[in-house]
Amino acid sequence: MRAYTEKIREAAKRLLSEKRVDAVIGFRKGSIPLVNEPVLVKSPERADELYWDGSCGVNLANYLPKRTDRVAIVAKGCDSRNIVVQIVENQIQRDQVYVLGAPCHGMLDRRRILASLKGREPTSVEEVDGQVRITGAGFEETFSRSECLQENCSICIHRNPVISDEMLGEPVAEQENVDRYPDVAKVEGMNPDERKDYFEEITSKCIRCYACRNACPQCYCPTCFVDESRPQWMGKTIDPKDVRTFHFLRAFHLAGRCTDCGACERACPVGIKLRQYTKKLEKDVKEFYGYEAGVRLDERPPLDVYRPGDPENFIK
Amino acid sequence: MTEMYIPKEKLAGVVEDLIGRQRVYGPVFDGAYHNFEEIKSAGALDLAYSNTRLSAKGLFHPHSERMFEYSLASGDPEAGVLKETEKDYSPRVVLGMRPCDARALKIMDRNFNSPQYGDPWWVKRIEATTIVGLACNAPCGTCFCTTAGSGPFDDSGLDAMLVDLGEGYLARAVTDKGSALLSQISKGSAAPADAAQKADALRRSAEAAIGLQFDVGSITGKDSMELFNSPIWEEIQFACINCGTCTFLCPTCWCFDIQDETHGEHGDRIRIWDSCMFPLFTLHGSGHNPRQNKAQRVRQRFMHKLRYYPEKYGDGIACTGCGRCVRACPVNIDIRNVARLMSSSACVRPA
Repeated sequence: MRAYTEKIREAAKRLLSEKRVDAVIGFRKGSIPLVNEPVLVKSPERADELYWDGSCGVNLANYLPKRTDRVAIVAKGCDSRNIVVQIVENQIQRDQVYVLGAPCHGMLDRRRILASLKGREPTSVEEVDGQVRITGAGFEETFSRSECLQENCSICIHRNPVISDEMLGEPVAEQENVDRYPDVAKVEGMNPDERKDYFEEITSKCIRCYACRNACPQCYCPTCFVDESRPQWMGKTIDPKDVRTFHFLRAFHLAGRCTDCGACERACPVGIKLRQYTKKLEKDVKEFYGYEAGVRLDERPPLDVYRPGDPENFIK
Repeated sequence: MTEMYIPKEKLAGVVEDLIGRQRVYGPVFDGAYHNFEEIKSAGALDLAYSNTRLSAKGLFHPHSERMFEYSLASGDPEAGVLKETEKDYSPRVVLGMRPCDARALKIMDRNFNSPQYGDPWWVKRIEATTIVGLACNAPCGTCFCTTAGSGPFDDSGLDAMLVDLGEGYLARAVTDKGSALLSQISKGSAAPADAAQKADALRRSAEAAIGLQFDVGSITGKDSMELFNSPIWEEIQFACINCGTCTFLCPTCWCFDIQDETHGEHGDRIRIWDSCMFPLFTLHGSGHNPRQNKAQRVRQRFMHKLRYYPEKYGDGIACTGCGRCVRACPVNIDIRNVARLMSSSACVRPA
């Protein structure tokens, strides 16, 4: 995927010097292994800062809502879906965005890799031929790339951008026959008490930093319900009541909008499995309405429209 | 007792003895990372760690703390009267705190225990606690304590310090409290003759591994308004998503909010960590917000740590170089890079 770096730089130089766009949103190489920094490049002279590898997991669509300029944006499959959701929700206009589509083989899971290193610190990471070679002080480890992916990437069925103005590479093969919801099915099989305990345990480490919310390209409300202060809707402590309320409300607000890009889990500093909430809603929306968020520009989200013939067999 | 040697096989016994006498806290591995927790049995303590995910500040300044309670019952003569919530100030020892986190407590003292004002809960918790640090033999690549005025063997915030010599720990008292604690330990022995020399060699190699990451003097010496108005903030702020990760993980970010929560006829006044990254942090009752955009908030955090704090107190930056914000920022905003941009000097000596 490093091959995209040169193409991104070339496209950025061209689009900026031809004044097709005012800025390019991409990544520059991070200051530490396994995380790159989102960057806004406004001049062709700075296009060579742009960079691409398997540590570009951050969903760049998060930087689009409410922009007023014309921007090019590097978009993986998931980012492109979030751009579609934002266009459908009128957060950005289609003609403002020039999508540089990045067919994706999945992004590396920094947390998973660090855990498998058992406290040893990586100093460099190389991706070669489906393998990830990690070196640090006095060690070198090679993993198969598939063992290093973010969990949402390993079950991704939209690796190719769903919209693009220019592709950075040939489309990649989509994964087929993926069982996306074995974990959700397990929770569905629990009795209410077990289910409650399961979710209480998941969020027991929450520190209410809102990294999950702020990393989410779909969390763009001018004032989040958590920040409403006149009147205040909910408590801000780490008491389980407050934590639970926050996570359930946030998740429900993403029903039919979440693309399972994994931004929330990637951002969480304490490792909460936030997708356990949103995946259930994603599954329900798919089953009840046959809808996948961010796949088509010409379809309204199911929770945004009323049709007399809407399925209601799940209403009990 | 000012110095002793504790062989590693005797550590569990030492910890069990301490547990019998007072509350004991230390780093505990939860399957994914370490955090400070109360140690109920010696086996839970894990000193083979780099640093905790959350800093040690929560032991003294908890995320959510009930300060007062009050009644709102009609007819209650004491309705509306704040009553201080009882807290446990019994003696406790914190084992294995890293020097950077302990040094951070001294910085927090500027806010919670100044000559003018003492925050009673902070002060009493500090008084009740004996901190036994663990020197860093193998700093992380994200550590920059030596740049920030601390160091891997800095004992300035500690009552006693352990140095891991391989087979055992050299324990040294730093304060009277630390000395009193060491005198309670019966399972230690006299330090071997070469222990001090070994510890010093470890200190020098750890310090050398960290290098100098940026030049504090060239930031603190700069004109405040020039920095405030610098174009660098536009560049730095782009990636920021304005979450509170950096501030909540930071050992020196002390800001909090105070809220009253009522449940029927009962009320609680609660103190909760707050963050300058949040728009609500500075929102006025009038609706005006002096830091309404992200760039202003990002600037505030770095200016406070690296410029305003040194200017106000004259004893270095409000950062101990623990590197948590560098490791945990979801979008790789690296305070070391920010400091280099703020600095007028390129004086950097990499590790």
